[in-house]
Amino acid sequence: MNRKLSAALVLGIPLAWVVVFMLLPYGIIVTYSFWVKTYPTFKPAFQFGNYLTLATDPQYLQVLGRTLKISALTSLFSLLLAYPFAWWLVFRCPSQALRTWAYMAVIAPLWVSYLLRAYIWKTILGTEGILNSFLMSAGITSEPSSLFLYNQFAMVVTLTYIFIPFMVMPIYTALERIPANLSEASADLGMGPVQTFLRVTLPLSAPGIAAGFTLTFCLSFGDFIAPFLVGGPDGNLIASVIQTQFGSALNWPLGSALSIVMLVIVLGIVSLSDRIEAKAQTGAA
Amino acid sequence: MAAIIELQGISKHYSKTIIGVDNVSLTVEDGEFVTLLGPSGCGKSTLLRMIGGFEQPTHGMIRLAGQDVTTVPPYKRDVNMVFQDYALFPHMTVGDNIAYGLKSQGKSGAEARRLAAQALDLVGLSDKIDQKPQQLSGGQRQRVALARAIVRRPKVLLLDEPLSALDARLRDQMRIEMKHLHEKVGITFIMVTHDQEEALTMADRVVVMEKGRVAQDGRPQDLYDHPASPYVANFIGTTNFLPGTLAARLPGGARVATAAGMVTAETEVTLPEGAEATVGFRPEKLRLLAPGETAANELPARIVEVIYYGLGLRTTVELKGGAQVHVDTLLGDSLARSAVPTPGAEVRLGLEPHNVFVFGGRVAA
Amino acid sequence: MAMKPSSSRLAADTALTTFVCLLMAFLYVPIWVLIAFSFSSSRSLTWPIPGFTLDWYRKLFANADLLAAVGNSFYVAICASLLALAVGIPAAMALHRYDFWGKTLFRRLILLPITLPGIVTGISMLNMFRLFGFSQSLETVIFGHATALLGVVVTQVFARLQRLPKSLEEASYDLGAGPARTFFRVTLPNISSAVVGAGLLSFVLSFDEIPVTFFLTGRDNTLPMYIYSTLRRGVTPEINAVGTLIVLATLVLIIISVVLSRDRTPR
Repeated sequence: MNRKLSAALVLGIPLAWVVVFMLLPYGIIVTYSFWVKTYPTFKPAFQFGNYLTLATDPQYLQVLGRTLKISALTSLFSLLLAYPFAWWLVFRCPSQALRTWAYMAVIAPLWVSYLLRAYIWKTILGTEGILNSFLMSAGITSEPSSLFLYNQFAMVVTLTYIFIPFMVMPIYTALERIPANLSEASADLGMGPVQTFLRVTLPLSAPGIAAGFTLTFCLSFGDFIAPFLVGGPDGNLIASVIQTQFGSALNWPLGSALSIVMLVIVLGIVSLSDRIEAKAQTGAA
Repeated sequence: MAAIIELQGISKHYSKTIIGVDNVSLTVEDGEFVTLLGPSGCGKSTLLRMIGGFEQPTHGMIRLAGQDVTTVPPYKRDVNMVFQDYALFPHMTVGDNIAYGLKSQGKSGAEARRLAAQALDLVGLSDKIDQKPQQLSGGQRQRVALARAIVRRPKVLLLDEPLSALDARLRDQMRIEMKHLHEKVGITFIMVTHDQEEALTMADRVVVMEKGRVAQDGRPQDLYDHPASPYVANFIGTTNFLPGTLAARLPGGARVATAAGMVTAETEVTLPEGAEATVGFRPEKLRLLAPGETAANELPARIVEVIYYGLGLRTTVELKGGAQVHVDTLLGDSLARSAVPTPGAEVRLGLEPHNVFVFGGRVAA
Repeated sequence: MAMKPSSSRLAADTALTTFVCLLMAFLYVPIWVLIAFSFSSSRSLTWPIPGFTLDWYRKLFANADLLAAVGNSFYVAICASLLALAVGIPAAMALHRYDFWGKTLFRRLILLPITLPGIVTGISMLNMFRLFGFSQSLETVIFGHATALLGVVVTQVFARLQRLPKSLEEASYDLGAGPARTFFRVTLPNISSAVVGAGLLSFVLSFDEIPVTFFLTGRDNTLPMYIYSTLRRGVTPEINAVGTLIVLATLVLIIISVVLSRDRTPR
């Protein structure tokens, strides 16, 4: 086999796959998004009606807002929990063996079924669930509270629980990369530990934060399962709306338009994050 | 002897302005040990990789034993390379590494193993045949890389800075070993190095490269005693330079007027009288003249500094006109028993005309 | 540098260590709860647990639908992982070696399904399949998974390829091996840790996948789809049993992957 042929295969196979299974499907969705809904299904057209609906109809805007809010909260709480843990792993963990085990222990839940990890909170937070039983047996409350489940609180807790590993991984990697002697140099130049953290460690770990935040945000943004299980009436996020359009509502054009909007939002966040990471690189280099 | 490698007008252009190799033509005879010498970025590695087939020239032709191999891929070319990082396959034993190249030559497993053992014996590592490369030292890995290449009996062996990763003592030892290996196997060796001492000690012929071009091509002693340009004069060994003007052309020589005095040289000069010229002479060719001693060239000077480096003394002197040059003297006896020049003393430097280089134009300081 | 830790530093460290332990508890208590309840003799999920039973596990193994779903999941996960490797390894090599027009777009597209909600990937591929007349089936699911998992494979294999010295490949060429032989005898053995890791991760992700599967599956269910549809009707203790078994299987898988990645350290 000569070099030209092998290059053609190595490049050709994945290229063909990407065209058939990615470019083509996305192209189809874009096309559908311009179609128009007529009873009982829909027909081809070229009109912006779907996008107009999305931009003006308050119910869609409300759903979008709610989804963005939940995603932002989830990412924020994940960050607040994950960062100290990652920092502890890199800077305070007493032994290398413990570090490996602790890191694995945080990552391991990722391998356990996502569905399970979402559903378990339904069990814990429900009126007959563990949290309520525990509170009652401890005497803190006298009757089961329905405050914990089927609302935004439950969604944020569940999603944070599920996505924390995704926040820990990039932050850990970024912190690990910081040369040990930088904090020593900072101390040598008169900065206390808090100052060193704020002025040296935190900025240098920024790319990791950006990566983790982006990943967690995008993953929560597109999720429809956990919200369905624990969200109750608030659990109708964008992904669920899209699902309905392609299901019972039989409004593929609107569903496609909504998918495109989702795609654009996610792409926007990713490229914004890329730019932050690139800037951080050139700044830190 | 037949020409085993012919490079005709080889160029490598990376873009309109970035040129790696510029119109190089070169012939290598069968059985020669040639080094490509130059600083990093001069194009020597690129040239070597083109001979090996890992890069394609943008212009020119490469012939191997008379055949045009310019576009032939490396796995079909009868040359073998010893890579700078040795490139031993970490997932195979030493024996398998060496046998790897034999399988593609169609040798059977048993035959390959036998030849591999033989090659290892040649480099003195027979007992390592079943070990992995990670278990070997740097010097041992280098010898395995050599064995792996030689066992295929290629027409030409290419070596890309083979000794640069070794420490100084090991390097000296390996230089000699490699030279012996070359004599033993009789294959043509083309070696790339930036170390001029290495080139001088090992090679039959040295090709000095500068900015993608061949600056000079010849035997080590020709390069050392008759450098073609100031670049070569200062890249191989060191040279003191003095700016001057060509005062007179003599049969078989010339006289150059410098601020330090008139210098007579015994070398063919093509410059016209009155032209700008630069005189060059090596530090070890200068003598501090004892009172009453004479030389064909005598330059008055004042001692500035004396530095002791074990083997000898490096003396910096200031000539008339302000130029500073170095004088290297070997110590034949211990320092205490030698005559050491004192800073500030007025002396005379002696220089024989056949040790003087004359170059056209001025040399940048 | 030996410094006597100040009392404020000690307090801060203690607080941090406490936090770390609490976080670990937060992560793992729910899993222990799941396992505990799978053995509970009561149907309801209140605490404390009344009694111990293996009934739910027995019911599980008698559940034909569930077992079929498990089989389907294995089938899909194995095929999808192999496919993702077969396409992903060349993709990683192409990105590592060649410069070509559209390279950035190519890379972005491959990595897109990781951050893009699975629902969009699922829907877009469903439309594509429908357009060409293919109806939903386990096979369409396989293609969907493989597409989504390409990014995982490419990321891992590419990172490993970057650390592989170029000279190894050149040495193989130099010694007479063509591109195919070089790939199988030199490149592949040296990236094997990344390949195995990526393959294992792909398998696990495929096994657990829901959004893409949701749209591309026909009448056959995968395990997560089966659990999901059961959950819609209400929580049952059998689900806890399934969950516990999945946790067990995951543990085994993690141990396998750790062992495998330890053996291969040719540096």
